[in-house]
Amino acid sequence: MHPLLLRVQHTFSVGVTNVSEWRGDVSVTVTRDKLREVAQFLRDDPGMDFDYIVHVSSVDWPDDEERFEVVWEFYSIRKRQRIRLKTRAPESDCVVDSLTDLWKGADFMEREVYDMMGIRFRNHPDLRRILMPDDYTEGYPLRKDFPLRGKGWRDTFDFLDEVPR
Amino acid sequence: MAFEDQRTTVYKVNPEHPESETLPTLRTEELLLNMGPQHPSTHGVLKVILELEGERLVKSTPVMGYLHRGVEKLAEDGTYHQFIPHTDRLDYVCAMYNNFAYCRAVEKLLNLQVPERAEYLRTIVAEVQRIIGHQFWLSAQALDIGAMTVFFYCFRDREILLDWFDELCGARLTTSWYRIGGVERDLTPALIDKLKQFLDYFPPKIDEYQVFLEKNRIWLGRTKGVAVISAEDAVNFGLSGPVLRGSGVDYDLRKYEPYSAYPKCEFSVPVGKNGDTYDRYWIRVMELYESVKIIRQCLEQMQEGPIMADAPSVTLPPKERVFTNLEAMIQQFKLFSQGFDAPPGEIYCGTEAHKGELGFHIVSTGGGKPYRLKIRAPSFIHMGAFDHMARGYMISDACTIFGTYDIVMGECDR
Repeated sequence: MHPLLLRVQHTFSVGVTNVSEWRGDVSVTVTRDKLREVAQFLRDDPGMDFDYIVHVSSVDWPDDEERFEVVWEFYSIRKRQRIRLKTRAPESDCVVDSLTDLWKGADFMEREVYDMMGIRFRNHPDLRRILMPDDYTEGYPLRKDFPLRGKGWRDTFDFLDEVPR
Repeated sequence: MAFEDQRTTVYKVNPEHPESETLPTLRTEELLLNMGPQHPSTHGVLKVILELEGERLVKSTPVMGYLHRGVEKLAEDGTYHQFIPHTDRLDYVCAMYNNFAYCRAVEKLLNLQVPERAEYLRTIVAEVQRIIGHQFWLSAQALDIGAMTVFFYCFRDREILLDWFDELCGARLTTSWYRIGGVERDLTPALIDKLKQFLDYFPPKIDEYQVFLEKNRIWLGRTKGVAVISAEDAVNFGLSGPVLRGSGVDYDLRKYEPYSAYPKCEFSVPVGKNGDTYDRYWIRVMELYESVKIIRQCLEQMQEGPIMADAPSVTLPPKERVFTNLEAMIQQFKLFSQGFDAPPGEIYCGTEAHKGELGFHIVSTGGGKPYRLKIRAPSFIHMGAFDHMARGYMISDACTIFGTYDIVMGECDR
């Protein structure tokens, strides 16, 4: 197993639900309540030293009990290593902790996840839609149950068939 | 007094002197100013709500999404091959590098090796694209700040390369030249000659751009010490590319995680010291010289060989065979309409585009379409640091900051 994964598993006997390494990518799945603790460890531990936030992503698994998955990707500029941190949230209580205070760059990235997938982030300083309009009411476009062509909001817009005279 | 607004402060003009008691009171308050969505210096449709105290920026809130086209949703609906032209439309100034980053990500998912000649071709074209990108950036930034001549000089030279792209793949901007497993077509001897001519022609022109700017008092005044960000903050915000290197962090994926033909070329990564706009300008100009160096070395080292990986179940058959051979045509049709069977898994692959780290996070559950495709767009992430970098500077510096990010809204909003 990858030394990073061993280290994480060794430090957190509870809370780490899955570790995997595929195509050279190392990833750790944690339970929601341990997320902040593990993230703090990844950032502050000298052996980990993940100071750089790469991106925040989200995946929708509609058939699973815990439907939503949030994915953080970190890089360590000094150690030149990557790690992926994942956590799950069920649809009924779709909230995970924000990591904005650890990595300031997470601010916009988490807002995008909220906008696209509807996952809320606890203690996020400014959780608003970022790409979709503020008055958008159709829901969250990247969920799997959202149709590709939208839910018909655009059809309600007023269009002029011809230039009025 | 009648001012009930909480942000309104009322004070005497000069409270130090008693005679000011008799002077009229001066009313000051913060002003909200909408910059954009249609503003020439925002490089697209972007609005920033500026809170001003006098001419100083107190807080700025970017409002984005005017160019949101749901590219990530579209990706889930098409096959891997079908998504390549969509990547052109992300950062439409530098389509080649987007193609490159995407193809690399899919190749990582498939664990596909690209032949050596294709790697060299990819590197050459990517570096040509970097030159175009930096020329475009330099012209736009100089124009925003008020130096108009550089714009014309850069565009004159950029035109040569765009024509070169036109001859290479039939398009100037939306190129779609990269393919999963290789490239669409080889460089012809005529193209190589033209590129060599350009490499001889270009370095003196870079000196010329510098002469216009580096002795220009207005340019220096508006870039030196403007929008300073410390290395620590830049890393914490996830900035990448020249914006991060300007603060003195030598993070460049071409060196950190070498890919394609970069490990076989000798080049240096310019790093700034002060983290201001001038350093970021200097880095990009130095990168122009480095790109020329990389292309020269690639042209020298490149050997004859195949330009597409030998994996017929994934890669497209050569165009000549598609037009003459029935099986090849069926293969091409099936690859585009149904796609290939990608293994289930999850990968992230970052590539050093000229704006910063352009990454693709792909989740596959098998089958011909990505289950989830997330684009790590450097412009979007840089906008996250806008408020932090703009605080305390003047309104006119807001234009400088858009420029220094090299922001393209197609990529930012996706």
